[in-house]
Amino acid sequence: MHKISVIINGKEANVIEGSTIMEACELIGIKIPSLCYHPKLEICGNCRVCVVEVEGWKTLLPACSTPITPNMVIKTHSEKVLESRKIIVELLLAAHNCDCLVCDMAGNCELQDLAYELGLDKRSRRFENISIPVEEIDSSSPVLQYDPSKCIMCSRCVRACRDIQGKGIIAVLYRGAGIKIGTGIREWDASACDGCGECVQLCPTGAISEKKSPGVRSWEVEKTRTSCAYCGVGCQLDMWTHDNKLVKVTGADVIPNFGSTCVKGRFGHNFINREDRLKTPLIKRNGVFAEASWEEAIAFIAEKLGAIKKEFGSDAIAGLSSARVSNEENYLFQKMIRAAVGTNNVDHCARLCHASTVAGLAAAFGSGAMTNSIAELENARCILVTGSNTTETHPVIGTLIRRAVQKHGAKLIVVDPRRIDLVDDATLWLRQKNGTDVAWMNGMMNVIIEENLQDEKFISERTEDFEELRKIVKEFTPERVQEITTIPAEKIREAARIFATSETSSIVYSMGITQHTTGTDNVLSTANLAMITGNLGKASTGVNPLRGQNNVQGACDLGALPNVYSGYQKVADQEVQAKFEKAWGTKLSSENGLTVVEIINALGTGAVKGLVIMGENPMVSDPNLNHVEEVLDNAGFLAVVDIFMTETAQKADVVLPAASFAEKEGTFTNTERRIILLRKVIDAPGEALPDWKIICDLSTALGYPMSYSNAAEIMDEIAEVTPIYGGIHHSRIQEIGLQWPCPDDSHSGTKYLHKGKFSRGRGKFHPVDFIPPAELPDKEYPFILSTGRLLFHYHTGSMSRRVDALNEYVSGGYAEIHPEDAARLGLVNGGQVKVTSRRGQIVTEVMITERVAIGSVFVPFHFAEAAANRLTNDALDPKAKIPEFKVAACQIEKVN
Amino acid sequence: MERKVLLAEKQPEFGAGLEKALTLEPADVVYAIRDSGIRGRGGAGFPTGVKWNLAGASFSDVKYVVCNADEGEPGTFKDRILIEKYSERLIEGMAIGGYAIGSSNGIIYLRAEYPYLVPALKKARNSFFEKGLLGENIKGRDFSFDVEIRSGSGAYVCGEETALIESLEGKGGMPRNKPPYPVNSGYLNKPTIVNNVETFCAVPHIVLNGPQWYADLGIGDSSGTKLFSISGDVERPGVYELPMGASLRSLLELAGATDIQAVQVGGASGRTVPPSEIDRALSFKDLPPGGSVIVFNNTVNMLEVLENFMGFFVHESCGQCTPCREGTVQLQHAVDLIMSGEICCREELDPYFKLAETMRLTSKCGLGQTAFNCFVDIINHFVDFASGHSDEECCCCDGGDQ
Repeated sequence: MHKISVIINGKEANVIEGSTIMEACELIGIKIPSLCYHPKLEICGNCRVCVVEVEGWKTLLPACSTPITPNMVIKTHSEKVLESRKIIVELLLAAHNCDCLVCDMAGNCELQDLAYELGLDKRSRRFENISIPVEEIDSSSPVLQYDPSKCIMCSRCVRACRDIQGKGIIAVLYRGAGIKIGTGIREWDASACDGCGECVQLCPTGAISEKKSPGVRSWEVEKTRTSCAYCGVGCQLDMWTHDNKLVKVTGADVIPNFGSTCVKGRFGHNFINREDRLKTPLIKRNGVFAEASWEEAIAFIAEKLGAIKKEFGSDAIAGLSSARVSNEENYLFQKMIRAAVGTNNVDHCARLCHASTVAGLAAAFGSGAMTNSIAELENARCILVTGSNTTETHPVIGTLIRRAVQKHGAKLIVVDPRRIDLVDDATLWLRQKNGTDVAWMNGMMNVIIEENLQDEKFISERTEDFEELRKIVKEFTPERVQEITTIPAEKIREAARIFATSETSSIVYSMGITQHTTGTDNVLSTANLAMITGNLGKASTGVNPLRGQNNVQGACDLGALPNVYSGYQKVADQEVQAKFEKAWGTKLSSENGLTVVEIINALGTGAVKGLVIMGENPMVSDPNLNHVEEVLDNAGFLAVVDIFMTETAQKADVVLPAASFAEKEGTFTNTERRIILLRKVIDAPGEALPDWKIICDLSTALGYPMSYSNAAEIMDEIAEVTPIYGGIHHSRIQEIGLQWPCPDDSHSGTKYLHKGKFSRGRGKFHPVDFIPPAELPDKEYPFILSTGRLLFHYHTGSMSRRVDALNEYVSGGYAEIHPEDAARLGLVNGGQVKVTSRRGQIVTEVMITERVAIGSVFVPFHFAEAAANRLTNDALDPKAKIPEFKVAACQIEKVN
Repeated sequence: MERKVLLAEKQPEFGAGLEKALTLEPADVVYAIRDSGIRGRGGAGFPTGVKWNLAGASFSDVKYVVCNADEGEPGTFKDRILIEKYSERLIEGMAIGGYAIGSSNGIIYLRAEYPYLVPALKKARNSFFEKGLLGENIKGRDFSFDVEIRSGSGAYVCGEETALIESLEGKGGMPRNKPPYPVNSGYLNKPTIVNNVETFCAVPHIVLNGPQWYADLGIGDSSGTKLFSISGDVERPGVYELPMGASLRSLLELAGATDIQAVQVGGASGRTVPPSEIDRALSFKDLPPGGSVIVFNNTVNMLEVLENFMGFFVHESCGQCTPCREGTVQLQHAVDLIMSGEICCREELDPYFKLAETMRLTSKCGLGQTAFNCFVDIINHFVDFASGHSDEECCCCDGGDQ
């Protein structure tokens, strides 16, 4: 950085050339006040509060937008400057509803602070309050409100929505004295605003604020930094609490979200305050739950499981761990199942989302996780998004992709049967027929080889088995692929060229790729595509599976899987077994255990007689729910640990109340392999305990004593036995999390994997042939059913459906149906429809939309009363045992 | 109508200036403009040669030549006359500009209220095409140029060059921060020169007759001639072309102004001159000459004129920057208070004069930096607060005690 010499306030200073006066002054400790400037936003220079005197200029210059130049003589606080600054702020105050006595922003308001700094007491103000806007407060949004009388027209909200979120929903309307902020000529809720609240966070006054008042002054709250409990992005949040209640959430300005959140992160955590939280252990007697003490409940479970183990052996017991609880708790849970019970029958819902990722990427690269980091996406030159409705399922990553396109000119290729929101920003949208992903990826590779666009150097130096791949993709000419997928051949060619010729190309995928009977094949194809173009082992490239739940990555990492211990160390490997036997001081099984769907099936056949479920809700999340329900109704013994009485907990013999994410310490691992800290924000309700304490008590009662004084101590044990977590300790991740692999205490984590060398040595091409989905439409069931998630709800709804604001956005389930199909079947928007598959039926609301293709139906799976999973197919991918949630055949009928 | 150069009866043939320019190196054309000393005819008076030189030196394969034909200053209609009668001259000037800075793209941003001028412009463009003075490889040179006509949407602020550019880009007419200046990053973030109609019309004359000839027409730092649209209480309203440096009195005499209370020079944002000052020179050094001169006779209530002007600025402020948006509203309010008698002494107006100074110092664009001129001038020269004080105690200050 080149330095230049300037004189600021009479003193010579060396500042960085190219910086603005504001930035230069900030660096040397001179704070220039401003209301519209924000370091995260494009500069607008509107408020004029930051004006400074520069020698040689007849006017004052805005420090925020004026580049500093050599030998500038600047006065930041001269009399002339201060007088102008005062008059400007006085003008704003004259147009401002100074309602500070009752304003939620009092204490955090930048206008208030500035008025104080400049000493603008009411009596000395010179201008009358003649221009305070008189329009009503717009409180039509479920989560925020806009009060024009407190707006100072700084346009931060406009820029937050446009520059950070890439949505551009808020705009400056009209002009002059009649200027306004708005989302259009109608009210806020008529707009596409999805309530992320970026505008709320950046508003300097109380103009755009949380609709639900915290009900407490800002100086009376406590703020605690912790990690979001929703998706796998792992947003860092500041939780504002008062009197053991959560009153407000703001995004923390650190990796990975840098202040942004989605609507759930900012406005969707009130569920922890709910009265219907589980508060005491419950034991079901004669079909009715009765309150019990912890001692009773633990003893009851230990007795039941002990009896089963004694009579039928350890393998008659299974445990479902959870992608929602901490790393420490997942580690202890699998340790309990393996060491205390003596079986490898432990799995969790990653089986239902990314089992094929773990299997496929481990085979191709040697490790099954997002190869690159979230932040790198912003600089990718090409992003291929497939089977990920990113803006709804990983909203903060979605905004990053939008920014990559809008601000940095990245090419975006979307391959998705639904017209997801990212299509608006896409260079190309390929609409494939559901379940034909291997075909279009082979088609792209066919073009790449045909046109000689492959990265020969990378292929020869870093990979193996390319020739076999070449043979199979040769058969997938774009014309043949068009027949299979319905994607026009020319679009396949175009996509292949863009992907192969961009300097950096990154693949982002999610469950549209994984939840198929060919899920592993699909994942292998993404790996093939990345390797053939050399898009691995460098920044802004890679194969990036977006993990769904807050800690699904961690649950996998910590061995809540039937075939591996923590750190993907195989149970079948004798050396590994010996290592863990030594570490845990007990004999362990070398037999791979059962997976989620297999456990449910074994429970049905009686092969498994006792099941412990921690923080999972298979009664909504699993495929073919009618079958699941029948099985759970007749299960030998079921114990459930949860924070609410979920659909699954209702089926249990014992229910244990757990502390929520906000009531305990621990860590999550987000989708980019970053281990992030969870802090205790409030006390747990009633007698609820953190899962790790419950596990310790239960394991001890099962005859395998466990005792830890805190979560950090558990992590220290994890570090000892888990090479990829070898350098992870709570003390090292207080501010920013570390990304695994992090083998030792001196390692600073790994931004992207496979640099120079793959985990398995050479990257392995797997030739994959196209296999159609297990169930295709026919005469009887003519529609293709696909399931998925919405922005406003989360997984089985046990959290999000307990948040009023989120319910205001979407209160129940529905089926997306194309207008042509709707017309043919006489369906109307909002009317009722019966959706039937070979496994079950639901009645739900019709939503007519062109988001789905003709002949397709999309049903979100969050809603138990219209559970999509009563319809889905439990056919499994043979390698990863993931069910085919994304393709089933169904019929639809109008309900009168 | 006084006719000197731009409006002279005998004019060089349309295109002659361009043909001559094409025989020179582009840089020499820029130097000719620079040496002529011509300054922007839209009112701000920025040296045209400096602007062209910067844009010429700005490295880009695409540059733009934009004509500001958004003639919106109250009382101004000189550009309308030029376009009506001398469209070819305008296009010729733009093409010379394009050649000088290395641009192939001309855009005329035409005031929304001037749709009837479009045929004249189109006709001129077509005739230049036919003569081979527009299009590809003009006169066999490695120079192509064409002109496109775009309509404004009725906002006064779009006469400000960066607001104009925003408007051209399809956005709301909101001035940009400077720097960057349009010569480096203008329309579509490409180097752009924005010049007034009159400036472009003068260019061919300068090229044909030489910079010194042009400089000699004017006085000191104000070279050439200038068009004035004069209206109001005069016998012969219209457009007059006078050499720079001519006295305001000479213009008033030509137009037949006899009963003079005040003369508004340079439109609503210009200066309000009392009769005692009409011997001042119309030049950048003395009375900055915009395009508009409005004469008010002694029957006019100047406070009502001020009320009208302030209402205009409240309506036309784009509203993005605080001093202009809120300042114009407060000044308008002050006028209301004076008219209703609630303010009856000069001292009460002190905060508003300070406000005016803050607007000058801190507003983002020329609109806010000048919107208070009429307020300051009219209060200073045409409002007599003494009568409000008489012998009684003043209602708002200690003035009555004296």
